[in-house]
Amino acid sequence: MTSIADLPAVERLPYDIARIRRDFPILKREVASGAHLVYLDNAATSQRPVQVLAEITRFYRDHNANIHRAVHTLSVEATELYEQARSKVARFIGAADPREIIFTRNTTESINLVAHAWARKFLKPGDEVVVSEIEHHSNIVPWQMLRDERGITLKYIPMLPDGTLDLDAAQSIITERTRLVSITAMSNALGTIVPLDVITARAKAVGALVLVDGAQSVPHMPVDVQALGVDFLAFSGHKMLAPFGIGVLWGRLPLLDSMDPFMGGGDMISTVSMERSTWADVPAKFEAGTPNVGDAVALGAAVDYLTALGMDEVRRHEREITDYALRRLADVPGVTIFGVPDADRRGGVISFELEGVHPHDIGQVLDTRGVAIRTGHHCAQPVMLALNVPATARASFYIYNTTAEVDALASGLEEVARFFGVK
Amino acid sequence: MAESGLLEDLYREIILDHYRQPRNRNAAIEPTCSADGANPLCGDQVRVDVALVDGVIEAISFSGQGCSISQASASMMTEYAKGRTAAEALHGVEAFQQMMLTGVAPDIEGFDDIASLVGVAKFAARVKCASLGWKTLAQALAEGGGTVTTDDGSR
Repeated sequence: MTSIADLPAVERLPYDIARIRRDFPILKREVASGAHLVYLDNAATSQRPVQVLAEITRFYRDHNANIHRAVHTLSVEATELYEQARSKVARFIGAADPREIIFTRNTTESINLVAHAWARKFLKPGDEVVVSEIEHHSNIVPWQMLRDERGITLKYIPMLPDGTLDLDAAQSIITERTRLVSITAMSNALGTIVPLDVITARAKAVGALVLVDGAQSVPHMPVDVQALGVDFLAFSGHKMLAPFGIGVLWGRLPLLDSMDPFMGGGDMISTVSMERSTWADVPAKFEAGTPNVGDAVALGAAVDYLTALGMDEVRRHEREITDYALRRLADVPGVTIFGVPDADRRGGVISFELEGVHPHDIGQVLDTRGVAIRTGHHCAQPVMLALNVPATARASFYIYNTTAEVDALASGLEEVARFFGVK
Repeated sequence: MAESGLLEDLYREIILDHYRQPRNRNAAIEPTCSADGANPLCGDQVRVDVALVDGVIEAISFSGQGCSISQASASMMTEYAKGRTAAEALHGVEAFQQMMLTGVAPDIEGFDDIASLVGVAKFAARVKCASLGWKTLAQALAEGGGTVTTDDGSR
């Protein structure tokens, strides 16, 4: 295993938007209508820079072999690259030890891993798991399944009309019976940044663990698990420049040690006889079967790319774009923006509606102008229910987006309103 | 707008007309059979109520919410179905589904407005929007009514 201290340092680069955009060739393409692409669906998945694409190719071209077991050169190299990627991810989120990084497929699998390997082992009927009303379905459904199977109690911290959490209610909803608070750091539907310090302080006061759904925070802002004082962090590579199919669960080492395996199979055992098996140490215990080595290595490259930009700078850039977009979209007649109107308390996600036009139709007309947004319930149906809308239109930003692209969105919405005859 | 060709292929004027002024929407009828249709991924919902008398659709109403394509298509569907026998209406449902599959408008009586939806076939993501009202009608006419969804993984 590569220690974090042995990793090569990553040189900081100035935040040069023109240079960044050149790293993403897809941003130069046109859509079906011939219009120039304006990609504003980053909360669904980011684009990938040439550096990450090159890393995927390099791995398969020069180093490809299965990891861990063989003594031949390629296998040794592939194992080193895989473990180096683990250390890069650990350094990126401030983990103390690379063994605390479990590679999964995505955030959903990471949360399910905790539900299976921790909650099924340690929770008893009557124990409480607390989530919030603004969670993605991936942080609701696993706990509903556990509730139905094990008789635990599932509770929700409610959303206030402005899209923030009711932190006063949270104080009484999290009780002495609460064993886990599983909470998003940032809403994928509304962009709300959750004050994790408040939630974590209450959880710690009652002795509950905290799992953070970092799918929308780790790609977009500095995250330091030790400073946060939480116990688990789940996130996906594909929202932070890495390929699909590689995700991460970070957990505190003693906790991971105490847990049972998630899946059984190769690589996760110490010994196997016909009668019984003993488990490998963390992290192998949770990585049954041949892992997604190539994409883990590419995640390492993605993390290096973001580190070179600096996550503080990434956040600064997105805050500026979001602040501009909040003001620009508010000027479009008929547009209602959901969520907090303050870019300091929201990430680069803006959910909105245009009076008299269904989100689907908004998305379709914008597409002919090259503007890619998402429409629908964003896998957060409780949020839609609370807003009393069937669906919203959502624009979401990343490192390469510009104010000119926000202008393209705004003028596109003006065109949508004209097209559908909105007064 | 610059790219008006593609867009106006999808949103023909007659479609927008049905969207803005839907026919047989929330009509006061005494239904003998009904069905609910949903498109959970995008939140479209349609309910179809049918007053079937001696095998003939004497009255029909739709309600619900959704995008212009789903609502206009449901509106056109009710105009088509009204006054026809259940068998004829089901024939229309089949013709509509075929049109979505092939991108070719059928040359059949009563499809004049409906043929304007042929452009939807080019937009795979919108075919289920256009089909919702028709599938729901078929469900209502099938014994017992019930619920249909267009997110069945078939597209």
